[in-house]
Amino acid sequence: MSADTAGTTGAYLDIDDLSIALRADPGHRLLRSVGLHVKPGEVRGLVGESGAGKTMIGKTIFDILPRAVAVVEGSVRLGGEDLLALPEGKRRKLIARTSALIPQDPLTALNPVRRIESQITDRLTAILGQSKKAARDRALTLLEEVHINDPERVLASYPHQLSGGMRQRVLIAAAFAAEPKLIVADEPTTALDVTVQKQILRLIAEMQRRHGTALLFVTHDLGVVAKICQNVTVLFGGKVVEDTDVKGLFAHPAHPYTAALIGATPRYDRPEESLLPVPASVIEDTHREIAAADAAWIVARSPHTKGAA
Amino acid sequence: MSEALFKVENLHVSLPDPNSKVLFGATPMIDILKGIDLEIEEGTVVGLVGESGSGKSTLGRTLVRLIEPVRGSIRFAGKDITHLDEDAMRPLRRDLQMIFQDPLSALNPRQTIGTIIGRPLILHKLAADRRAARKQAEEALDLVGLPTAFAGRYPHELSGGQRQRVGIARAIATHPRFVLADEVVSGLDVSSQAQILTLLARLKTELKLTIVFISHDLSVVRRLCDRVVVLRRGEVLENRPTGPLFDNPEHPYTAELKAAIPLPEVDEGWLDAS
Repeated sequence: MSADTAGTTGAYLDIDDLSIALRADPGHRLLRSVGLHVKPGEVRGLVGESGAGKTMIGKTIFDILPRAVAVVEGSVRLGGEDLLALPEGKRRKLIARTSALIPQDPLTALNPVRRIESQITDRLTAILGQSKKAARDRALTLLEEVHINDPERVLASYPHQLSGGMRQRVLIAAAFAAEPKLIVADEPTTALDVTVQKQILRLIAEMQRRHGTALLFVTHDLGVVAKICQNVTVLFGGKVVEDTDVKGLFAHPAHPYTAALIGATPRYDRPEESLLPVPASVIEDTHREIAAADAAWIVARSPHTKGAA
Repeated sequence: MSEALFKVENLHVSLPDPNSKVLFGATPMIDILKGIDLEIEEGTVVGLVGESGSGKSTLGRTLVRLIEPVRGSIRFAGKDITHLDEDAMRPLRRDLQMIFQDPLSALNPRQTIGTIIGRPLILHKLAADRRAARKQAEEALDLVGLPTAFAGRYPHELSGGQRQRVGIARAIATHPRFVLADEVVSGLDVSSQAQILTLLARLKTELKLTIVFISHDLSVVRRLCDRVVVLRRGEVLENRPTGPLFDNPEHPYTAELKAAIPLPEVDEGWLDAS
């Protein structure tokens, strides 16, 4: 099955030259020729401030872009299979079989009027065609894997009966349930207390290693990036401004914006260091860089210049 | 001044249990704060830290008397405010201001920024009329580093960081002695967060403000606060100057909180260390 073979880069998720724009105004891009690759067994951080386009990338992978926007160029491949070239039914099936999401807010991600059991087993029965009994056994095993001591009780519980940390564990178990090749974790610890955050990060890393999953970790927290990711993609204004390994990111950030972002992150161990907001000049320069790239992009696609060249 | 601005003794607060469903009779109460003793010196920034459910927001809200304690006492500027009713609290409100976590829900979407900041000034008779209130609102905007022209805009026209500046401007416009800041930077991007922290530090010095800064982010607390109070399950575990508390946590729980903060530097052993 072609979906199980990796793409040409050896990555499982290949996003190349992806541009997304408003349907009403295709020249106004929200994602600007984005390239992003995640290999099996790799944890890649996707970093950016609000509005940078992190969520837009996640939505493209799961084919849940809002109606007002559309892909204008580029490709998204899962295991070498071009998502955008597939008819909708096949595309949805491929995504469901190979990818899963760990969401930010476990309370809204879980259905409040259904027990935990069906919320984990649904994807096993619906996607993998397992029997109810097999799915339930698998759910119990998964809950043990995420270190839940009384899985039977949790399966019979409703979401509101569990603590925030427990709910996030349940969602991690559910994400890994159908053995996905790719998991997108969208700010999975932002709503949690620091001590719980650390446990959940450890758990995600442990599960990811055990299952060899390609993990795209979306976050705005560079501290979290430093602890869990091997590689990092930094987004600004829908454009990739830096793509590097995590050591390089902190040791010698290549883009001024990345350096400024690191400088703006408060650290309890360096109280005397003054906290510098990202300087306006860096923001302006980066915007200018983007505007130049946009102009070049539009010129390259204009039928007039194509004819002239 | 001999006495601290706030003097809290043996404070107990109970709130109705949100999880209980009682058809008849009184809703069962949960004890949230269990005997808090605390003094807050004028002109200091005190950080309240602890996990969710530790009672840090409840303590903040009880200080400004949005909540009435069950037992114990709160003295503010030498006056016992423990059981004052709303009418008796009203003259004190201008001195007890608040900044909230989510400025979008804290700012009335149908009012201009000028009205939002100016209205309390009229209510507290700090401004004679609308024009005077508008002028003072513009001064407050200037103080928080926003253009005075923002007075004519609506909250939805501003970015998150700008909105939080408006929240701060609204709080300081009445020239309060005390400001409660509850998770005011947790919804912001790091660059806006850095700006708001710098602003609060400046206002503290310029206006000699006393601030209680509630946050779950210890790195932020380290930046801004003179003292830190660590809460757990409604009790004070530690209450010390910030430097010593971080350098040398006395309570194991404080050490655990500190160790759980992911610093932005690569450390492969961190995840697996307990």
